[in-house]
Amino acid sequence: MADRSIVDLFGKNLSLINLGLPSFGKDLADQGVSVVDASWQPPAAGDTKTIEALTRFMAWPEAAHRKVNEANALAVKTLREAQPVILDVRTARDVVPGMHDKLVLHAGPPVTWERMCGPMRGGVIGGLLYEGLASTREEAEKLAASGEITFEPCHHHASVGPMAGIMTASMPVWIIENKTFSNRAYCTLNEGLGKVLRYGAFSEEVLTRLRWMRDELAPALSTALAASGPIDLRTVIAQALQMGDEGHNRNRAGTSLVFRLLAPHLVDSALPREVVARVLRFLDGNDHFFLNLTMPACKSAVEPIRDIPFSTVISTMARNGTDFGVRLAGLVDRWFTAPASKVDGLYLPGFSADDAALDIGDSVITETAGIGGFAMAAAPAIVRFVGGSAADALRVSKRMYEISLGEHPVYQIPALDFRGTPTGIDVRAVVEKNVLPAVNTGIAHKEPGIGMVGAGLVVPPVACFRQAFQTFVSVYEEQAKALG
Amino acid sequence: MDRLIIRNDAYFDSVFLMSLSAELSETPDLKVGQVVLGTPPNKQLLQSQGFDATVLDPLGPTDLIVALRADSESTLITAEKRFFELLNRRQPSASHDAIERPIGLDGALRSQPESNLVVISVPGAYATMEAQRALQAGLHVMLFSDNVSVQDEIALKQQAAKRGLLMMGPDCGTAIINGVMLGFANAVRSGPIGLVGASGTGTQEVTCLIHKLGSGVTQAIGTGGRDLTQAVGGITTLCAIDALAADPATRVIVVVSKPPAENVAKQVLDRLAHVNKPSVVHFVGLDRSDKNGSVQFAPDLASAAQAAVQLAEGKPVSMLRSPLPADLLNRARRAKTSKQVALRGLFTGGTMAAEALAHLQAPLGQVLSNLGQGSAPATVVLPHQHAIIDLGGDEYTQGRPHPMIDPSPRAERLMAEAENDRLAVVLLDVVLGTGSHADPAGAMIPAIRQTQQRAKDRGQHVTVVASVTGTDGDSQGLDGQIAKLRQAEVIVLSSNRDAVRFAHAVIDEAFDG
Repeated sequence: MADRSIVDLFGKNLSLINLGLPSFGKDLADQGVSVVDASWQPPAAGDTKTIEALTRFMAWPEAAHRKVNEANALAVKTLREAQPVILDVRTARDVVPGMHDKLVLHAGPPVTWERMCGPMRGGVIGGLLYEGLASTREEAEKLAASGEITFEPCHHHASVGPMAGIMTASMPVWIIENKTFSNRAYCTLNEGLGKVLRYGAFSEEVLTRLRWMRDELAPALSTALAASGPIDLRTVIAQALQMGDEGHNRNRAGTSLVFRLLAPHLVDSALPREVVARVLRFLDGNDHFFLNLTMPACKSAVEPIRDIPFSTVISTMARNGTDFGVRLAGLVDRWFTAPASKVDGLYLPGFSADDAALDIGDSVITETAGIGGFAMAAAPAIVRFVGGSAADALRVSKRMYEISLGEHPVYQIPALDFRGTPTGIDVRAVVEKNVLPAVNTGIAHKEPGIGMVGAGLVVPPVACFRQAFQTFVSVYEEQAKALG
Repeated sequence: MDRLIIRNDAYFDSVFLMSLSAELSETPDLKVGQVVLGTPPNKQLLQSQGFDATVLDPLGPTDLIVALRADSESTLITAEKRFFELLNRRQPSASHDAIERPIGLDGALRSQPESNLVVISVPGAYATMEAQRALQAGLHVMLFSDNVSVQDEIALKQQAAKRGLLMMGPDCGTAIINGVMLGFANAVRSGPIGLVGASGTGTQEVTCLIHKLGSGVTQAIGTGGRDLTQAVGGITTLCAIDALAADPATRVIVVVSKPPAENVAKQVLDRLAHVNKPSVVHFVGLDRSDKNGSVQFAPDLASAAQAAVQLAEGKPVSMLRSPLPADLLNRARRAKTSKQVALRGLFTGGTMAAEALAHLQAPLGQVLSNLGQGSAPATVVLPHQHAIIDLGGDEYTQGRPHPMIDPSPRAERLMAEAENDRLAVVLLDVVLGTGSHADPAGAMIPAIRQTQQRAKDRGQHVTVVASVTGTDGDSQGLDGQIAKLRQAEVIVLSSNRDAVRFAHAVIDEAFDG
């Protein structure tokens, strides 16, 4: 039974959409009627397999579409309601689920030692040296290749790691809790720029800093947090977005805010004056200190959408320098991967594109949760990384609304009249419109041991998104049809 | 050789400097082109590259350093100049009022959630998918695209019927919904007549003539050319008739289509017979003027308009089928030589061409055409033969726009006819309204003048006769278009039918309308 009839249209104001010839849209606009002239290109950029999946998907009965829409609405609601707070800094071995002494966690989808890129191998070497499991680079490489060490993605252990994302048992980690859903996420502490483990550097300088972070920085932070109580990260991120951060490549505002929150408690503590001074100086000297807080905050926000049947919302994006991987809420823990992309960016003095490793790191969790590249319009200061003007930054963010199902209630973009950041990426929209998530990122040197060489914007490989959507349609097709 | 340019206390953010370095490095023959601030690591880096430590040493992190290295002084000078250009360049501020177009149907719906109708003109291969999605979103659809399979057309129309939505097309060129002109349509006044049209220019001609006769339309619903075929079964036509029947503003229903499949015609006529409103039916090419209950047949487009207006206004209207202007006709007949026997109809509107062909075929014997079945291809017309050519036919529109949008193929075709010394009369349609060329009459004038001039050079006279489908409200300006044609000695008549009659009478002394 039709719920409307044609005659109902008669006499009503027309609100028109023009899809196709722009001249038709112009003719309509010239008549003074309300018309949206949409831009159009062949769906899925003409990819036949994806078009076939889209066609099958559209042929699902209405009840199935309702189910998909409900599942996606739940995913967006869950993301919007997340309330990440900093609880403490503790040793990974004691808090990260499944962590043990022979386990090395890494960024991105699963990858074997043989397939690991340079910076990730460098990070592993550094991690094994740091743990005392090897005493030279050669020993570490041999151990890594021996099969004695287990490599697993951070994402499989409620964790995330920037760039190589190496986490080993005795590293200190942030504990972030999503208060709404009582789940926790973990991340190592940020080491700063230059020669650092996350960019694959493992020199003595790197290891010395890591030991200092373990022995002095982490206990000091824990002490301060004990005094301050849990820090509401949602509010800090929201403020940082209004101060020119986008939550991924620019963390200056967030770092400053956290510094303000922690400094009084450090000064008040019984810690020796010189320790407090070193800790505060370290925070002051590291603009990206806050990145390792936004990342687990975002991880804690997306973890509750890990398993929402029928949802096409992307629950994970991550890269290991070899592959880019995505997971869908509707397909739970299944990874879809494609070769990692080159980063389009700018290089630090002395480096060029020839030095760059491929796209790497779990930091794209920020875009998955709707900040980072999605909030580009909030961070005009870094827009030159994409070679552009402030207007380009607005364009990037606006484009992301096209592939997102909702907007964040607290993370807002001043330049867009405080519109909430685009939240809840719909893989169907990604593949159909061929609009890929905008991802801001750092660039690692392709060789182990060197470090950061630049930063820029990366376009994820479309293949893994297409594969994920095609699989979604196949997996749910039978159930969907049964609903008809 | 090296050069270090220093600007003290000139802080720039590092990203800006990185981009500056990248662009500066593109200077031909420049070996090193780095722009950095004097931080310790940057100074160290430059020193390690061999730049002068004594210059670098005293600099601090707010001092700007431009480090250049090249083999020649001239390269250094070029690079230095380039650096200052880059530094002083203002980013052209991208216009903030540039409208961001939403992407696809989904994006459009998001930016205008209250949307109720979509006009789709994407390539045929994607048309079904977009239309299907639009219907799922509860939108009425006008599908201009062609090259949609019959199966898809049926599926779309059935789905729309089930949902109570209007599915106009595929291959629907013309509609007027709530006074809004969609696709190719004319500014006709609102009034009591509702149209259902399977043919675009047929609908344009009928609506314009209704307007000319002083009445107006409620809706002009397009169905697409295949709606009344056996396969499609008139799904949209029947839905449209029901909607117009239920519409209190519509007092008379007009159906215009190519001749339908027999049982489909029966269904349509049955439906009309059961509607509590009078109706007028014209099947292009069928010379029927009988009346069956409340259903009145009209033998041509102009008669359909006239009958509808008469029924709607409840009083006879002035006859459109006026006697042909005798003086013009006599002059045209006298002016041609005995050698000039051929008629050329060059049409942009398919229905206009079909109407001409239907009228001329019987009295003139063989009329070649690219329309319909069994006709010889229009490309092999001999000079003395008659031809009706639809320049909107597939063979003329491969890879180029429809002649209503781009009139040049028709002008070229007429130029070619200018050399034909057997040519007596040229018959044209000129279609105004949305979608059409901004000056369709003007676009034909050079070719018309050349045809006339070439004839004159041969001691002949070729008559050009046309009708203009349009209203005083169309952006091209009806009066101006007619004036342009008349100025070029084109005989302009008030309907396609009358233009056809006139052209016929020029070459057939026995026919005088």
